[in-house]
Amino acid sequence: MFDVERWQEIFEAISKNKLRTFLTGLSVASGIFILVILLGIGEGMRNGISSEFENDAANILYLWTGATSKEYKGLNPGRIITLKNDDYNFITSKYEDELEYKSSIYRIWNGIVNYNKESGSYRVEGVWPDYQFLENAGMVNGRFINYKDHENFEKVVVLGNKVKSDLFKNGENPVGKYVQISNINFKVIGVFSDPGGEREESRVFLPLSTSQRVFNGGNDIRNLAFTLHKEDNFEDALAASEKFSSELESHLKVKYSIAPDDTRAITINNSLENAKRFYDLMNMIKFFFWGVGICTIIAGIVGVSNIMLIIVKERTREIGIRKALGAEPLSIIVMVLHESIFVTTIAGFTGLIFSLALLEFVGPLIETQYISNPSINFSVAITTVFILVIAGAIAGFFPAWKAARIKPIDALRNE
Amino acid sequence: MIEIKNLHKSYTMGNNSLHVLKGLDFKVAQGELISIMGSSGSGKSTLLNILGMLDEADEGTYTLDGVPIKNLNEKIAARYRNKFLGFIFQSFNLISYKNALDNVALPLYYQGVKRRERLDIAMSYLEKVGLVNWAGHLPNELSGGQKQRVAIARALASNPKVLLADEPTGALDSQTSNEVMDLIQGINDEGRTILIVTHEHDIAQMTKRIVTLKDGVITDDTKVNQVRALSNV
Repeated sequence: MFDVERWQEIFEAISKNKLRTFLTGLSVASGIFILVILLGIGEGMRNGISSEFENDAANILYLWTGATSKEYKGLNPGRIITLKNDDYNFITSKYEDELEYKSSIYRIWNGIVNYNKESGSYRVEGVWPDYQFLENAGMVNGRFINYKDHENFEKVVVLGNKVKSDLFKNGENPVGKYVQISNINFKVIGVFSDPGGEREESRVFLPLSTSQRVFNGGNDIRNLAFTLHKEDNFEDALAASEKFSSELESHLKVKYSIAPDDTRAITINNSLENAKRFYDLMNMIKFFFWGVGICTIIAGIVGVSNIMLIIVKERTREIGIRKALGAEPLSIIVMVLHESIFVTTIAGFTGLIFSLALLEFVGPLIETQYISNPSINFSVAITTVFILVIAGAIAGFFPAWKAARIKPIDALRNE
Repeated sequence: MIEIKNLHKSYTMGNNSLHVLKGLDFKVAQGELISIMGSSGSGKSTLLNILGMLDEADEGTYTLDGVPIKNLNEKIAARYRNKFLGFIFQSFNLISYKNALDNVALPLYYQGVKRRERLDIAMSYLEKVGLVNWAGHLPNELSGGQKQRVAIARALASNPKVLLADEPTGALDSQTSNEVMDLIQGINDEGRTILIVTHEHDIAQMTKRIVTLKDGVITDDTKVNQVRALSNV
């Protein structure tokens, strides 16, 4: 590789045609630039979408009930389906081995929460301790609800961060203070944050048992939320959650005499399925970006290849002389390839550095809903470098082949 | 040194086949200085190209220094050219962006000689042709005679068995031609075999043997009394 003579020759050839080499290089540089920027944006979209999914545990199954929409077994449509504690107990005991986190939820939408003179209307949810993990909630202060609170019907509450900042204006620590929910005193035991942001933090959690008793819920529950144990790969996880979800649905439909094709009465939101849709979309986009980027590079390669053909043509005589003096075909091929790889690599690195600089400095400023922090990781950068070298080799190959096939006798006759 | 037997060569141009060499038999001994003469189209350049392994004969045998030259692929041909032959062209064929020294060193590069050693050898040959002071000059900074002397130095650099010169003085005025021929005679005096293709009679008279080609056959092959080039200066 390190051969002074050959390097000299390359510089010689390049310096004779600075503008031409520059323009050729520009096409390769812009090809790489576009590829890297596109990949960066693709990564940004991935980041953006992933952060959308951070709201809840990624593999959460969320079930809620509504009114029946179809007549079934002599029962009229429009029946409101309400699940009971028994349903939850049955499901959790039947699927004990599969379930990772589980919670039933009792909810009132507009609970008035007071602290001294401040008050606000928030979602009030009665939940099980596991709900912290289902919601991906993090504790800012204090603790989450535990089973003891639940068994003892404790009047305790965990506030969302937003609720805390609304009610506790002077920044005091709310833990241990009492707030009123529907004029009943609850002791604050913790403050949670949620990656879903303010909307998710505008909630307060009570123990499920307490909420049912205080708000006259009886045995009623409004929602069920589950996660399954993690699987080794996405496909298995998806299959397991789909199986669980369909069994759950058919069990409840039989029990409450709901038509099997009634989609209104029971709805299950399987976040894994949603995720799959997004991941599929993202893969498509990524594929598309690679495609566009590669096509741009190909345009660049064709440019380099063209120029190398012209260079070979121009140097036909020189190649003939070299051959007459004893140059083997291989040494001619290496000479042309070397120049081509050199030009593409230098140009490509320039494009790579410019695009990386752009992503580095401008990337963090981009923060829209679906694109956040477009960036490119090391392995992708290395991949593009490989692409460059291969591109240079491809660009140089045909001209080099042509050069190697030049017959010295023809070349020397070429006056 | 060179022995060819029953050498045939024809070119096809479209539907026409042009029989250029029609069975040449020809021997060259070590240390000869031969001129090959003939009008254009007589086949003399074709003969030189075959001798130079730039082209291959259709029929017949060619032996160079005891080595049969046949079934050459490009790689072997290149190696043989480098090892056995030195070329001198009418139009010099120096590489324009390399200086005189690098041009002379080029055959050694293809022999795999290290750079420093290669430049030393090249310098000694430049000295031989009297151009040490022009070693760093590019070809377009040299006169025609100087260029041809650089080319001769280059042809000698790989220490070949045979020098093949194709109209070496074709692009030079008569005085420069004489200087170049003097140089060639001097090299021959040291025992090197040289073949010159020319159509100039006075150049041919400066060799030791004249082979005349006409329509693809040798019509005349005579030894001559060599005229020293310097006597013409």
